[in-house]
Amino acid sequence: MTAMPSDPSPLLEMRNISKGFRGVQALDEVQLSVRSGSIHALMGENGAGKSTLIKVLNGIYAPDSGSIRVAGRAIHPQSPRDAEAQGISTVFQEINLIPTLSVADNILLERQPRRWGWIRQSECYRRAKVALQRIGLSIDVRQPLNHYSLAVQQLVAIARALDVDAKLLVLDEPTSSLDEREVASLFRVLEELKAQGLGILWVTHFLDQVYAISDTLTVLRNGRGVGEFSTQSFPRACLVGAMLGREIQESSSTTLPSVGAHETRAPILELRGIGKTGMLRSMDLQLHPGEVHGLAGLLGSGRTETAHLTFGVARPDTGTLCWQGKERSPFSSPREAMQHGLAFCSEDRKAEGILPHLSVRENLILAMQANRGPLRLMPRQEQDALAAHYIQALKIKTPSAETPIQNLSGGNQQKVLLARWLAIQPKVILLDEPTRGIDVGAKSEVEKLIRSLRDQGMAVLLISSDLEEIVRTCERLSVMRDRKKIAQLHGPEVQVASILRAMSHHDE
Amino acid sequence: MSSTATRSASSRTGSLLWPILGLAALLAGNWIFSPGFFHLEMRDGHVYGTLIDILNQGAKVMLLSLGMTLVIATGGVDLSVGSVMAIAGAVAASAVSRGLMPFGLVVAMSLALSALAGLMNGCLVVYARLQPIIATLILMVAGRGAAMLITDGQILTFENPAFVFLGNGHFLALPFTITLVVLALALTGWAMRRTALGLFLESIGDNERAARFCGVETSRVKLFVYAFSGACAGLAGLVAASNIKAADSSRVGEMLELDAILAVVVGGTTLTGGRFSLIGSILGALIIQTLTTTLYNLGLPPAVAPVPKAIVILAVCLLQSPQFRESMSWKSSQPKASG
Repeated sequence: MTAMPSDPSPLLEMRNISKGFRGVQALDEVQLSVRSGSIHALMGENGAGKSTLIKVLNGIYAPDSGSIRVAGRAIHPQSPRDAEAQGISTVFQEINLIPTLSVADNILLERQPRRWGWIRQSECYRRAKVALQRIGLSIDVRQPLNHYSLAVQQLVAIARALDVDAKLLVLDEPTSSLDEREVASLFRVLEELKAQGLGILWVTHFLDQVYAISDTLTVLRNGRGVGEFSTQSFPRACLVGAMLGREIQESSSTTLPSVGAHETRAPILELRGIGKTGMLRSMDLQLHPGEVHGLAGLLGSGRTETAHLTFGVARPDTGTLCWQGKERSPFSSPREAMQHGLAFCSEDRKAEGILPHLSVRENLILAMQANRGPLRLMPRQEQDALAAHYIQALKIKTPSAETPIQNLSGGNQQKVLLARWLAIQPKVILLDEPTRGIDVGAKSEVEKLIRSLRDQGMAVLLISSDLEEIVRTCERLSVMRDRKKIAQLHGPEVQVASILRAMSHHDE
Repeated sequence: MSSTATRSASSRTGSLLWPILGLAALLAGNWIFSPGFFHLEMRDGHVYGTLIDILNQGAKVMLLSLGMTLVIATGGVDLSVGSVMAIAGAVAASAVSRGLMPFGLVVAMSLALSALAGLMNGCLVVYARLQPIIATLILMVAGRGAAMLITDGQILTFENPAFVFLGNGHFLALPFTITLVVLALALTGWAMRRTALGLFLESIGDNERAARFCGVETSRVKLFVYAFSGACAGLAGLVAASNIKAADSSRVGEMLELDAILAVVVGGTTLTGGRFSLIGSILGALIIQTLTTTLYNLGLPPAVAPVPKAIVILAVCLLQSPQFRESMSWKSSQPKASG
């Protein structure tokens, strides 16, 4: 757990980097250093500041303060191209390549060898082949890029990044869309590059992968550096604790939720082996009426994917559902799930929740109206009454029901979205991070609401990164890691310490 | 918070303000510069005058703009309306000239075919997932060819009195086209506000993914709006054919798709979708027609007319943009920008 002594002259050294956006301190005096010939993992939960730090390194954001040194020389990158010229090459999360161009063109775009202004095609192909050979890939460089799998495209992006004589290769979540075999081949390439003396900075949230390949790691949390550690001497439990900001304790003082009453009750919804390539490995889950079931796990562990596959947002490749004791195929659309009595409140309030320009009232009644179909419009009086009821019941702070929802604070938007789903009186409600990004007061009100839903006999699935919240609210809990369920706890076992243990437990 | 709320509430009700102001400014300009502009006279029990001409000649774009508004509200666009006009005109003219069925049935058939053409657009958008601009471009190009096939490449004239009445007749002392527009507007507005369709359209345009997560049948709603736009175009096509008592498949409705889109945008519905205003689009169509008539009255050659038209439309669009208004007021209130 002790910080590593820092090398006298690391390849990359970022010191005291701070960056604020309109009052939000995204980075606060963050340190990061990467040595040549090593793989350094940058870890942290959502909003920890990983992407901001990478963007500062690439000159996309100018830091408010702090210095960046490459091989001992101070640099002030102005753009990703400028950073490339300084030896820093980045492969961003969304692959920045052009799918319809040839592999060679993608590798050499804007750098194609020319003679009298004309691109020398054969020279292009030769150079592209050499670049790919360096990472052990031999494919036809004349084929369009989209002819190849995502993993190959990822490798092509790396080849492009290396073609500029990079000293430091930055990979922003390179494995999030790859399957295990593809990850393994990517790792071979990384090992190879490391042996060639390259420094590799790798942003990720997959624990197993970090332990499989990285030498050192830096953990960020809420824009601050937690520390730099040597991977092999840093236990998993400590890493998880560092990312979430908790110490691993042997016992927890939180009160135990009552257990037993619901043990005998039949589950209302059961997932049996639900899975989909690249999203979720075979998942089993039972939701009981009158019970809050927690879903804990780090970012990317498959929590949201579980909710999506249950609610019909995406269709599972494998598995079946059991709805009220009857086995059936998974729901094919959100509408079908809703009509059976499911509700799903997405974690991505902006992209999947609010209709920003529509009023609070319209946002609130939309799910209910969709259930009634287009022709049976809810009478305006009924709409107003419903909006007024929920504004009062959930203490939604809004000037009026006709205010566009985008003018409300995050917490109040969240309450409107919860009201939207409560209005359809679901039997099962899936809540994905219902308290993320909302203030403390609103948070405790939402938690209270969840408990009252349980008391009314609803089955609640609560997905949350806040372990305290899960412990406070859930009777039963599933822990996920690397896209699969790894443990189920209930009753007295539902404690922060046991969750952390399960999350970091290594099954080898 | 309350100040931002009132601002946006007023900006919603005030969305009609700018098109109304634009139209008023145009009319005021005419009042000053062309004396006869507001002159109305009764002849044979019908009202005549420039204002009536504007309403009459603007009817086609007004009809198109109704369907276009709904398509644009979902975040799409329909470029094929001009060609669908040609198809409807060709179908109706050839049916009428054969004299096989009553005119009512001819109208119903033409409108149904136009809706079907629109539905094809919808299928390309919804199922083939083509960009609306590409999906409807296909029918824009192919539709005119289909219309030419129906009329054998000829200009098909007709004398059917009912058909001629549609675009030239009078009702309540006014051209019948005005009644047609009022009816279409009332019917569309009623359907949008008395059913949940209006809400669904706006929710799709505002955030399609969220709307789908709420259980809105986004595919069906989109199919409906493209079919509806097709039907509106069909009606406009019948009026256009009736106006000249002929189906001129190669010329009818040419460039009118652009006028319709402009009318919608000038009327305050943004091209990105969401909130829409049918009345706004009608006002937008009137602005465009008033401008065209004004320029014609000023004796500008038709070939040059698009230039001033473009300038006025640009001005109205800029005035509607909150960003533009903000940046203007920002410049005037903060003369010096500090680094």
